[in-house]
Amino acid sequence: MANTLNPKASYLPRKQTESVSVPIARPRLSLRQSLGEWSLASLSAFVLAFLWIPILVLVVFSFNDSRTVNEWRGFTTIWYFNIFNGVTTGEARFATELMLSALKNSVFVSVTATIISTVIGTMVALSFARGQFIGKRFLQGLLFFPLVIPEITQGVSLAMFFVIAFNFINTLTGNRPNFGFETIIAGHVAFNISYVAVVVGARFSYMNPHLEEAAADLGANEWQTFWRVTFPQLVPGILAGGLLAFTLSLDDYVVTFFNSGIGTTTLPVFVYGMLKTSVTPEINAISTLMLVASTILIVISLAFQRRTA
Amino acid sequence: MAIKFSMQLRKHQHFLMAMPALVWMVMFFLLPVLIVGGLSFMSRGIGGIPELPLTLEHYQRIFSVFNGIFARSVWIAILSTIICLLAAYPLAFYISTRHRSITRNTILFLVILPFWTNFLVRIYAWRILLGREGPLNGFLMYIGVLQEPIQLLNTEFAVVLGLVYGYLPFMVLPIYASVERLDWRLVEVARDLGAKDWSVFWRVIFPLTLPGIIAGCILVFVPTIGAYVTPDMLGGTEGIMIGNLIQRQYSGTGNLPLGAALSMMMMAVVLIALMVYARWGHEEG
Repeated sequence: MANTLNPKASYLPRKQTESVSVPIARPRLSLRQSLGEWSLASLSAFVLAFLWIPILVLVVFSFNDSRTVNEWRGFTTIWYFNIFNGVTTGEARFATELMLSALKNSVFVSVTATIISTVIGTMVALSFARGQFIGKRFLQGLLFFPLVIPEITQGVSLAMFFVIAFNFINTLTGNRPNFGFETIIAGHVAFNISYVAVVVGARFSYMNPHLEEAAADLGANEWQTFWRVTFPQLVPGILAGGLLAFTLSLDDYVVTFFNSGIGTTTLPVFVYGMLKTSVTPEINAISTLMLVASTILIVISLAFQRRTA
Repeated sequence: MAIKFSMQLRKHQHFLMAMPALVWMVMFFLLPVLIVGGLSFMSRGIGGIPELPLTLEHYQRIFSVFNGIFARSVWIAILSTIICLLAAYPLAFYISTRHRSITRNTILFLVILPFWTNFLVRIYAWRILLGREGPLNGFLMYIGVLQEPIQLLNTEFAVVLGLVYGYLPFMVLPIYASVERLDWRLVEVARDLGAKDWSVFWRVIFPLTLPGIIAGCILVFVPTIGAYVTPDMLGGTEGIMIGNLIQRQYSGTGNLPLGAALSMMMMAVVLIALMVYARWGHEEG
């Protein structure tokens, strides 16, 4: 094992070759070196296969013409058809309306949480980069914690907090608030702010401070400097942070589950419930569709980053 | 008056801009955690509702009754982290030593894409694969390793597998970044000075990539110790972890203060891991 980790001469220093303008012929590998290279390559292929085989199996089985999931019985698209039309007869039961309303809830929660956390996160990143103020270190520490505290602790603590807060409000006003979209969004924003602040903050370190000074020298006031010079440079970071927040929020199960109320089922909560109760082939089809959706999302974001970079 | 006010505003503008984040984080993150910390010292009332007097009973129970589950969770997290490291290092090394950037980017894309897809979906895929009549058992029987299908799902093995699968990219990316930054002239110098492959690796490359390794280990260890979905979906009763134990305290006949104490203990383990990281990071950096 460890031997395959060994660096061989064949890993030629890329940085060096790039700095030399004349291309150097690649040195011929000795038998031992090519053996090391070969074992490294096959190990990597093995790990990549490990990452991809489950996904491929899922996609393949979503076209399997069999109610029992495990055996290949020929090609069908019936499960995709069922997702869009619903099956309510016999033992096959799949409620499209429920899934669609869960999807709608998911999109609503993620979009709202993303907007709030992107605005708040960008503001706090700006204040960290540009100013000194009382409590700065405290806030920096506080923002670091959601990145490292297990999700279950966050979800459960927040739920406890809401129970106590709601009891308190109840004794004060006689009106008891309930878990709902607000509680879910509060939780999502609480972990998203940290991620947005990190991503936007990283963008600051790429910025050229002289541009702002130049703008000021040329007579722009602070407001103009910010909107015309600073902000446009920050946009890729803000978009990247927002996209990350959206993905995390859309994918979240744990925090959502503990803080959701009646009628606020999001897609992950819905899918989880299905996975725990009944395994139907439609789940494979939904999973495949979710996979395709996230692939499209990541390709778009990569293309976007490439253009703005 | 107005001018004075606007000057005050300018003076404190950075603080004001940080205000919303401060309020939100204190309200929906810090306060909840403090409340849970407080609840963990309260007695269990009727229906698991916390009540006075204060007690250390729950922590004592964690160290006696739940010692097994706690230790196993830490063990599963450490094992998953080590397996991730052993799988990720060669891969990260392989990626960063490709000459063409398109090859590097393609493989990186292949590593990242599964990580961007829904976590539940990926874990669910393993439920298909590991089933008694699933593809993995079928394959092992086909090549003659097994005579009849064995129980793969609902075992500790399945949990470790699922965790490694879920968090492998977290290990690959920081190691990739540190190998990418490696100054290869140092490797050449070591070689010129007569170092063998083995000592070049352990005495030059390994120490230089250690920051990436440690970062990756933290990024894998923290979510695996707190795992809830993976053991719930793949572990059955065999592979239960702290996360599942916490969740149980919040449903039906649970014991809220015990759940709070468990959360606190989990946080303590994570913070200890981070402190180790901070120490090592400084020593190596």
